Amino acid sequence: MDGIVQLERQLVDYTASLFHEGFLDDQFNQLQQLQDESNPDFVVEVVTLFFEDADRLLNELTKALGQPSIDFKRLDAHVHQLKGSSSSIGAQRIHRVCISFRNTCEEQNVEGCLKNLQQVKHEYSLVKSKLETLFRMEQQILAAGGSVSR
Amino acid sequence: MESCNCIDPQVPADDLLMKYQYISDFFIALAYFSIPLELIYFVKKSAVFPYRWVLVQFGAFIVLCGATHLINLWTFRIHSRTVAVVMTTAKVLTAVVSCATALMLVHIIPDLLSVKTRELFLKNKAAELDREMGLIRTQEETGRHVRMLTHEIRSTLDRHTILKTTLVELGRTLALEECALWMPTRTGLELQLSYTLRQQNPVGYTVPIHLPVINQVFSSNRAVKISPNCPVARLRPYAGKYMPGAVVAVRVPLLHLSNFQIYDWPEVSTRSYALMVLMLPSDSARQWHVHELELVEVVADQVAVALSHAAILEESMRARDQLIEQNVALDLARREAETAIRARNDFLAVMNHEMRTPMHAVIALSSLLQETDLTAEQRLMVETILKSSNLLATLINDVLDLSRLEDGSLQLEAATFNLHSLFREVLNLIKPVASVKKLSLTSHVASDLPMYAIGDEKRLMQTILNVVGNAVKFSKEGCISITAFVAKPESFRDARIPDFLPVPSDNHFYLRVQVKDSGSGINPQDIPKLFTKFAQNQSLTRNPAGSGLGLAICRRFVNLMEGHIWVESEGIGKGCTVTFIVKLGIPDRSNEFKLPFVPKVPGNHGSTNFAGLKVLVMDDNGVSRTVTKGLLMHLGCDVTTASSSEECLRVVSLEHEVVFMDVCTGLDGYELAVRIHEKFTKHQDRPLIVALTGNTKKVTKENCMRVGMDGLILKPVSVDKMRGVLSELLERRVLFESV
Repeated sequence: MDGIVQLERQLVDYTASLFHEGFLDDQFNQLQQLQDESNPDFVVEVVTLFFEDADRLLNELTKALGQPSIDFKRLDAHVHQLKGSSSSIGAQRIHRVCISFRNTCEEQNVEGCLKNLQQVKHEYSLVKSKLETLFRMEQQILAAGGSVSR
Repeated sequence: MESCNCIDPQVPADDLLMKYQYISDFFIALAYFSIPLELIYFVKKSAVFPYRWVLVQFGAFIVLCGATHLINLWTFRIHSRTVAVVMTTAKVLTAVVSCATALMLVHIIPDLLSVKTRELFLKNKAAELDREMGLIRTQEETGRHVRMLTHEIRSTLDRHTILKTTLVELGRTLALEECALWMPTRTGLELQLSYTLRQQNPVGYTVPIHLPVINQVFSSNRAVKISPNCPVARLRPYAGKYMPGAVVAVRVPLLHLSNFQIYDWPEVSTRSYALMVLMLPSDSARQWHVHELELVEVVADQVAVALSHAAILEESMRARDQLIEQNVALDLARREAETAIRARNDFLAVMNHEMRTPMHAVIALSSLLQETDLTAEQRLMVETILKSSNLLATLINDVLDLSRLEDGSLQLEAATFNLHSLFREVLNLIKPVASVKKLSLTSHVASDLPMYAIGDEKRLMQTILNVVGNAVKFSKEGCISITAFVAKPESFRDARIPDFLPVPSDNHFYLRVQVKDSGSGINPQDIPKLFTKFAQNQSLTRNPAGSGLGLAICRRFVNLMEGHIWVESEGIGKGCTVTFIVKLGIPDRSNEFKLPFVPKVPGNHGSTNFAGLKVLVMDDNGVSRTVTKGLLMHLGCDVTTASSSEECLRVVSLEHEVVFMDVCTGLDGYELAVRIHEKFTKHQDRPLIVALTGNTKKVTKENCMRVGMDGLILKPVSVDKMRGVLSELLERRVLFESV
């Protein structure tokens, strides 16, 4: 029993830290709210969807920036998609970087775009690992018979 | 034979005498015969002689006389009767003709004499004409010179060239020794030698303007002969040996130029003249002729005209250059202003977003917290946090508002609200803060204050809060009192508000609120500065937390509400009183109880059930589509999704009550709305079209309305928000969230 309480407390702290450090914002809370009996794995589903989407988009972006003549319009479109996705799940930092990425696309600033891409990838890998950790912890609790309060 | 009655022959012995008589008679006859021949010959030669028949007569007379004398020759001897008859006939004829001639001559000789007179007369006339011809020729030549001179002068618009050319041409035409131009100086009291013909750089001789000779010249518009010894004519060093040539001076009017400011010209008073002096060569005995003087006068006039033209041109060129410069400067200023405005708008837009994001986190988490299990005390705290953060969110909105206030694009809302509860809420909000500072807060709301009023509740609350908040902020101790009552018309004629003349009417009343504090007060001199935005009272430097915007915004709101706000204070340490009057509408009795629908339904008490509500979600972003779908499903809706406009058009049907579409991706959403309209144009109950967007630009809202959308909501959407949105949509069929 103590172990579960311990785990639960850890989960709460960890989640709080994610919010505190700005990785996640209120939108993520909204998602968690939407998870109910009829939709038990809503958050995981959405987040997995996000990971797939983001992987795809980041690949596209890397490819597009690797071209000799860069198509900034396409680039902007991809970044826009990523921005939308990240804001939908509440990945605040990624969302922020996307905003500045869009600016550099508009300015057609190759240097800036490359830097932004680097940053997005970095943020994405961070948030991905954090969220995976979060889900793992939730799984642990559920496996131990506890409940994850929202 | 009978002897005739002729003269008895003389003594035949006098033969000599007779011989002489004989010879003389012969010669006389000869002469008598030859004269007419000569006459006839010359008459024949000359065609003009008018009196031919007189000559004929004369000729006849002479011939007959000759004949008589000739026949006389025979009468000296014994002659026959025939001769006598012939002689008689001849004599008779002669007598007749000579008498006739004599008579005729009486008529003719006066005629002949008059011919002579006429001839004399004609000769005189001819001489006169000759003289006149000579005059005309001279004049014509003068005219030619003037034309040429004028042409030279007028062919340039440069002042120096004009004057120089004048002098040169005059010098040439009139063969002058020296020609000079004296211009009045700036002071108008002297004439300065400005141009000469022979000397290249005239040294600045000056001559006082009130010399008699100069006055004489200036007083007439003719060229005046002046003495070569007067100061204006003494241009060369006096060599002494020669006899100076005649000098003439003429005035050149400098036309009145008071409308122009010509900088390097001498200042001109009402009517001023320059003086042109012309000198004939000194060793010739030439004198000034009339036509030369006339030439000089005409030239002087022409010069005046040409100079004024040059002046006008100079001035207009200068004015044009100035205008061009000004244009460039204005253009630059305009562009700078535009850049500044754009920069400010960009800044506001970004800050707006950046500020909203953490606000949303706070609001959302607080509202979530509210829904969990809390003790009563905790609940109270959480509610206060929520209210404060809502206020803060409103403040952020108002920073945006302020920029719109400046543009004049802010419009107040007008809705019915509960005035009394507004004051209660203000009190509730401020009481905690006041009690922390150990200030006592009293409020007195007049009993005749209407329960409900029509106006912009949010902004009125903001104004009151700001004023009260200031009172609390700047008071260290004491009490704060708030009074509110209906302003009576008599109180309007207040000396403190001279420009404010409100007109009470049946549908409106004026609310007067007064907030008095016993705090640090304000120096009366600083009161006007209070309403300047971003300017904080210097004496209160210990409170840097305020942005200084508050009172400026309040004043704008109060003005928009057709009211007036003012501050009174007796000085530092004596507290201050802020009063404002605003115009509010009086709601009709009929809709007094019809309160506006508040779209944000707080907490979990929304019992609206959306079970089975068919909605369609269109979003090309997979993740946000899933999220929105989850959200709606959580609320119980039956959700269909579409990932593109085409799919949406295919799938949409009358069964769907609402279509949520994401319009972040450019104009696709708008077109889709139009197409959906077209699809269901004949149906009353077509699905409601609502746009979901994170874009807070006003133009987005306008575009949505333009394409016929029924609603617009801003992302991010919380569960509660969506619940409220759906309720309102279903009830009112329209919901445009204010951006």
